[in-house]
Amino acid sequence: MYRGGVGQFSYLLHRVTGVGILLFLLVHIADTALICLGPGYYNRIMALYAHPVFKLSEVALFAAVLFHALNGIRVFLVDFWERGTVYHKKLFYLEAIVFFVVMVPVAYKMVGSFVLGSLF
Amino acid sequence: MEAGADWSVESGGRPMPEGGLELYAWIFMRLSGVALLFLALGHMVLMHILNSVEVIDYDFVARRYASVLWRTYDFLMLFLAMLHGVNGARTILADVVTHPGRRFLFQSILFTVGAVFLVLGALVIFTFQPV
Repeated sequence: MYRGGVGQFSYLLHRVTGVGILLFLLVHIADTALICLGPGYYNRIMALYAHPVFKLSEVALFAAVLFHALNGIRVFLVDFWERGTVYHKKLFYLEAIVFFVVMVPVAYKMVGSFVLGSLF
Repeated sequence: MEAGADWSVESGGRPMPEGGLELYAWIFMRLSGVALLFLALGHMVLMHILNSVEVIDYDFVARRYASVLWRTYDFLMLFLAMLHGVNGARTILADVVTHPGRRFLFQSILFTVGAVFLVLGALVIFTFQPV
């Protein structure tokens, strides 16, 4: 199915991030449902999310949502803007730039302190 | 994958279906996508950047859910995200699983799981009362 090129790459990433976000949505509904069992259960699961492994997963989740959102805008433009098909590759490079410009400070805010703290 | 889908697939999108339910699903994906752009990214920024899992606990949710506005926001996001996600997974299964019986089985499981979690999530959003 994969034939190479920017379009197929973004298509694959869009599907992989989409499935990942859907799976997390199911987990997130389950963990939020624990709140009906009372503060004890809910606060314990939230404390678990503060674990470094989950904090790194949180960065991955944000990255997946951000990529899916940016690429979704690009798909929307290709579908509805008459020049979209002409610029779809340029739009992908623009999307990649925006992705990294946003991700660097976001990752720093989420895990910067303990990642840098464990290095130095 | 659909035939004659050259430009759309090459640029990473899914070709616009000719009509029927598939066309409505295609349009729904784009409209719900735009709404989720604000709802889901807003949620991520608010809960994961401005706040964080370190400060989110039972009392935080209780204060937040004192407002019917946040419950409405969350339900709208849950509803659209689940439909958007399940429909996306449905098209992936349609592309990947070629055996009709197996495809029907996997899609049935997908719809069932999606419906159960949507109902569970909606129940929590609308019935939660802090102790």
